[in-house]
Amino acid sequence: MKIKEVDREEYLSLGNLACAGCPETLGFRHVLKALGPNTIVINQTGCLAVVMQMAVPKVPHFHVLFENSAAVISGIDDALRVRGKREGVNLLVVAGDGGTADIGLSALSGAIERNQDFIYVCFDNESYMNTGGQRSGTTPFCARTSTTPVGKVIRGEDRVPSLRKDMLEIVAAHHIPYAASTSIAYPLDLIERVRKAAAVRGPSYIHCHSPCPTGWGIDTSEVVNAARTAVQAGVVILYEVEAGVRRRTKRVAKRKPIEEYLRFQARYRHVLDDPEALARIQKDVDERYEAITAALA
Amino acid sequence: MTAEFWNGTMAAAAAAKQARVQVNAAYPITPQTHTVEYLSRFVNDGELDARLCKVESEHSALSACAGAAAVGARAFTASCSQGLALMSEVMYFTSGMRFPVVMAVANRTLSVPVNIWADHQDTLVNRDAGWIQIYTQTVQEIYDLILLAFRIAEHEDVCLPALVAYDGFILSHASEPVHPLDQAAVDAFLPPPGSADRPLLDPARPLQFGEVLFPDWYPDFELKKHRALADSLGTIRKAFEEFEAASGRRYAPVDAFATDGAEMVIVGLGSMMKTARHTAEKLREDGVRVGTAALRVFRPFPAEDLLEAVGGCRTVLVLDRDIGYGTGGMVYPDVTRILYHEDHRPDVLNFIVGTGGKDITPATIERCVELARGGYRGRVEFWPDARGAEEGVPYTEEPAAP
Repeated sequence: MKIKEVDREEYLSLGNLACAGCPETLGFRHVLKALGPNTIVINQTGCLAVVMQMAVPKVPHFHVLFENSAAVISGIDDALRVRGKREGVNLLVVAGDGGTADIGLSALSGAIERNQDFIYVCFDNESYMNTGGQRSGTTPFCARTSTTPVGKVIRGEDRVPSLRKDMLEIVAAHHIPYAASTSIAYPLDLIERVRKAAAVRGPSYIHCHSPCPTGWGIDTSEVVNAARTAVQAGVVILYEVEAGVRRRTKRVAKRKPIEEYLRFQARYRHVLDDPEALARIQKDVDERYEAITAALA
Repeated sequence: MTAEFWNGTMAAAAAAKQARVQVNAAYPITPQTHTVEYLSRFVNDGELDARLCKVESEHSALSACAGAAAVGARAFTASCSQGLALMSEVMYFTSGMRFPVVMAVANRTLSVPVNIWADHQDTLVNRDAGWIQIYTQTVQEIYDLILLAFRIAEHEDVCLPALVAYDGFILSHASEPVHPLDQAAVDAFLPPPGSADRPLLDPARPLQFGEVLFPDWYPDFELKKHRALADSLGTIRKAFEEFEAASGRRYAPVDAFATDGAEMVIVGLGSMMKTARHTAEKLREDGVRVGTAALRVFRPFPAEDLLEAVGGCRTVLVLDRDIGYGTGGMVYPDVTRILYHEDHRPDVLNFIVGTGGKDITPATIERCVELARGGYRGRVEFWPDARGAEEGVPYTEEPAAP
């Protein structure tokens, strides 16, 4: 895909309530460009729902509850089918990681299992940023959040085993027609994944890595670099699962060491001088990278 | 149409089918489940052109109905008890969005202790969720009032969700003769599904739904929602009249029996009011002037209708098949609220009866009347069917002496 092929229309108005450098708003802008005007957006409670209060998109936008977007869009899908109005309309859910991996997982699982026709995009900023940065099921090991503070006894997220919830693999286990991971650092990849998702009959899921400058303590000018480094370090692996077949969508020639990704972020400051924690994080990243790579076609 | 022999769950399903619901989303829970099963059969047999959204929870059931309503479809769900408690969050969401979803509730209490039988705890704890609440006394009423609920909820002056409650097992699993309307009569009574003129999610006309409202404007919104529900009583009365023309069956927000010149009037919800009426008929033969006033419509609260029914009596017996822990019955305060401002204020006694499905028999009602004739006044609360501190004591605390 080439940049020339990207829709020049802006579906989000200029000016909104997002933090400076917000990657989720950037990603949402690109998702809407990928889908175009015949789209209905269901927005699960999260940062984007607040951002959208004053953003006024050029597509219908419905902020629902924290955990029910996949159920609401199921009803819309069914209703439009019965009314003979389903053709040509993209049904899109946008949600955060808390709404997706935690409180809304049941509704999402049900909607995928029922083979409802919708596109679900999860912007993963690895914590509940809208409520001030509490840990979620996708918060990585050692990360500092407001509910995993760096204390005198426990230092950051301390779950054992240390790997976070793997939403893409959870979704893939539902035999979903299409699922993919992507990153706000690769907008063309994001647009391509969303277009592919839209072409699918039935459910599709996009997991978009979305580093949060406010919550993670990243300089706003470095947000995209941090996101790109996550991919280059193999912390985030870009691949798609189509009819059960896993394909890599972004190759990494030589993986960068984990420190290069962590040093962008204040939430890891306490581990940069902790060789034991660094080794543990690196080991987890290596093992998952190898496991996913082995599963790729 | 000839009479059918239906139980309550079938009457609910048949009404939804004849209303031509387009999306039905529900989750199994006893004693409501058969409604979902019947609807599934109608769809799978090609008798109903609807989608069955086979959701993974009640929370999702009502959420799917809300989604269907957001694009203009006629949506129906059924639930009760724990399921209704799980739905509670979405009930507020649905009324705030002014989505005219209709729900049948086979009333069942809330755990624990585990209990699958009837009382009104499940719908009453959600009495302030902004829904129209209708309580039925017979299987025929379940059928009729679900049809009416679609008519009322979707009316352009109302646009609010409505639930039709019927007692679990007592009505859900008991079969009675029901006289359904023929399909042509239902089609003439209800507007075609999906024809309502209200804001919808439509890419041709992008709108923002479900947005934040800051404190400065919040009271204005609350007032509008409150007024919409309160004022829906006018639409309900009109719909009852139109239904009478279509069916020959007459309904009123309060179902009053022998209240004129009554010394005592029994007030309450649901099927126990048929038992109360039966008992009152018998007591009247013995010269006890007892009337009954069943609150068929509970939200909006039919204050004028109730005042008309109880205005002249000496004692009102409020039968609550529920308990507001730490205060008393949940129907009671609505009754005293309106009577307090009257020049003639009858004594209002509260009876907590039939919780968790304990049978309410004519003997229960007779006991209530007997206690009410004991000269008790004030904030007295009786538990005539609970065991007291000592075996055989009909109430937990000795009420104020006559």
